Amino acid sequence: MALSIRGSSSTSLAGIVSPSAVAGPDRRRSQVLLSLAHNPIGLVGVGIVGVVILVALVGPSLWRIDYSDQSFQRLLAPAVAHPMGTDNLGRDVFSRVIHGAQVSLQIAGIAVVVALVVGMLIGVVSALSAGLTDALLMRCVDILFAIPGLILAILIAGLLGPSRTNAMLAVGIVYAPAFARVARGTSLSVLSQPYVEAARSIGVSHLRMILRYLLPNIAGSMIVLTSVYLSAAILTEAGLSFLGLGTQPPEPSWGAMLNASRTYMEIASWLAIFPGLAIMLVVLGFNFLGDGLRDILDPRLRDA
Amino acid sequence: MTRYVFQRVSLIIPTLLGMTVLIFCLVRLLPGDVVTANSGPDANTSAATVARVRQALGLSDPLPVQYVNYLGGLVSGNMGKSFLSGEPVSTILGRAIPITLELAVLSAVLAILVGVPLGIISAVRTGTRLDFAARVGGLIGLSLPNFWIATLGLLISSVVFHWVPAVTWIPFWTDPLGNLAQVALPAFALSLSTLAIVMRMSRASLLEVLREDFVRTARAKGLASTPVVFGHALRNALIPVVTVVGTQVGGLMGGAAIVETIFGLPGIGYSLVQSIYQRDYPVIQVAAVYLAAVFVLVNLGVDLLYGVIDPRIQQH
Repeated sequence: MALSIRGSSSTSLAGIVSPSAVAGPDRRRSQVLLSLAHNPIGLVGVGIVGVVILVALVGPSLWRIDYSDQSFQRLLAPAVAHPMGTDNLGRDVFSRVIHGAQVSLQIAGIAVVVALVVGMLIGVVSALSAGLTDALLMRCVDILFAIPGLILAILIAGLLGPSRTNAMLAVGIVYAPAFARVARGTSLSVLSQPYVEAARSIGVSHLRMILRYLLPNIAGSMIVLTSVYLSAAILTEAGLSFLGLGTQPPEPSWGAMLNASRTYMEIASWLAIFPGLAIMLVVLGFNFLGDGLRDILDPRLRDA
Repeated sequence: MTRYVFQRVSLIIPTLLGMTVLIFCLVRLLPGDVVTANSGPDANTSAATVARVRQALGLSDPLPVQYVNYLGGLVSGNMGKSFLSGEPVSTILGRAIPITLELAVLSAVLAILVGVPLGIISAVRTGTRLDFAARVGGLIGLSLPNFWIATLGLLISSVVFHWVPAVTWIPFWTDPLGNLAQVALPAFALSLSTLAIVMRMSRASLLEVLREDFVRTARAKGLASTPVVFGHALRNALIPVVTVVGTQVGGLMGGAAIVETIFGLPGIGYSLVQSIYQRDYPVIQVAAVYLAAVFVLVNLGVDLLYGVIDPRIQQH
């Protein structure tokens, strides 16, 4: 049976004691994992994401051809020696796709962590402070939300200058408002619980309130949001790299490989197929995982 | 209703103003400007020349003065000239806006026409293999990068059909068929993720409404499934879909920047990307604000429409 860790939908006992104190984080975590094992879509997501992470971690040491090694064997069709063929500079596409997984996961992972930390901080501070600070912070979030994500990412990455770090920063800034809004909403819901009011009345500090009551209770929604935005961040990073605003050559990135493939795609279609397949696969994995986690952590949305 | 409209519209003004401040700050405060970007790293331009060029372009004014000039230009329609081509920004955007709007509208229409029926079928047959296929298909649609679909579309059309879309823009009023042939592939690539989202939302929303008491009552009265779904449930179920389509306009605007670049369509997204490469401030500032303003205004329109469709919203 799925378990909700949202403060608002916990058992009646939660009215007196925090949900984390009732179930304990370890027990809740194991129950979520158990539920995930019985959720086919979530399970497929875990499988795909696991394989991609494994490939990114150990792939380059198993497939010994360097991603930047050039040869005279240009635009070779896929064969045993080069399972995904070679590009216009004779570089092994398989090796570049494997290395691209590292780049893509690293940029998306760091960007989402940036978004999570910044967004959660804004959301929690906003919920705790209320009044003018809350209003000001939320208007800033609204303004960031009002600009289409990819346009904002293009603006930031383009104006900071094309690089891997700037792409991470751009994607992080773009997704932080989403985390801020959800963190604020969930925190407000937790703050209205009687056990939190009881804690406030005995003079628990803001820091302890955040660490003991808010963070454990907003973790569920933050985890779902992280998995959803990881896939979005991978797509955004690939889009930036496609436009030449992300990872710079000779380091491979899937988006940049796709862009480069357009010149040769009529004679070397594999250059356009494999990097795109890689992006689709990893995004699909995170989407499946996000759907599975959402089913488990928010059972009301199971049929959605 | 008037009060509701007034409330919503008055909330938009600070957001739009905040947006102009943010975009202005981003453009001016970040490293590099049009003079350094266009003189190149090895340029031997003297400091005096750089200062003269900056003066001529209005870049040496204090930032608040530059912002007021920028805002005044946006309001009056005199948005300055491109630093590079010298062409008025209003002329550049006047040429680009119809292209992006056509692309975005076609994509949204395609997404609604295909996504809503698929969502209905999936919800009505919930739990079946068809439903499972639709759910998985929706997730796959969400995972397909539009620039990959656009690239594959070009590949297939050129290799299999020996045809590629025209590289120079064909306006609709000069050759409607040629225009549609040119935008069909970009619109399809751009619409896929929106289609998947519309499909998923239609399904989820219809499933929720089908569990409501009034639907149970209609069924208890002996109504067949078709009139229950189409006569009672669907109208209520489509209300959240309207909102989702509104929020997707942002995605379409962002996606258009990439898809236009792939197909060489000189739309506003393409103009924005090109002007960023060249630090052409007047074009960047106006193009970005325009894209964001369209997003905000479409969502305002959706909110107002929502109030008309569901009068309960106005009361909150």
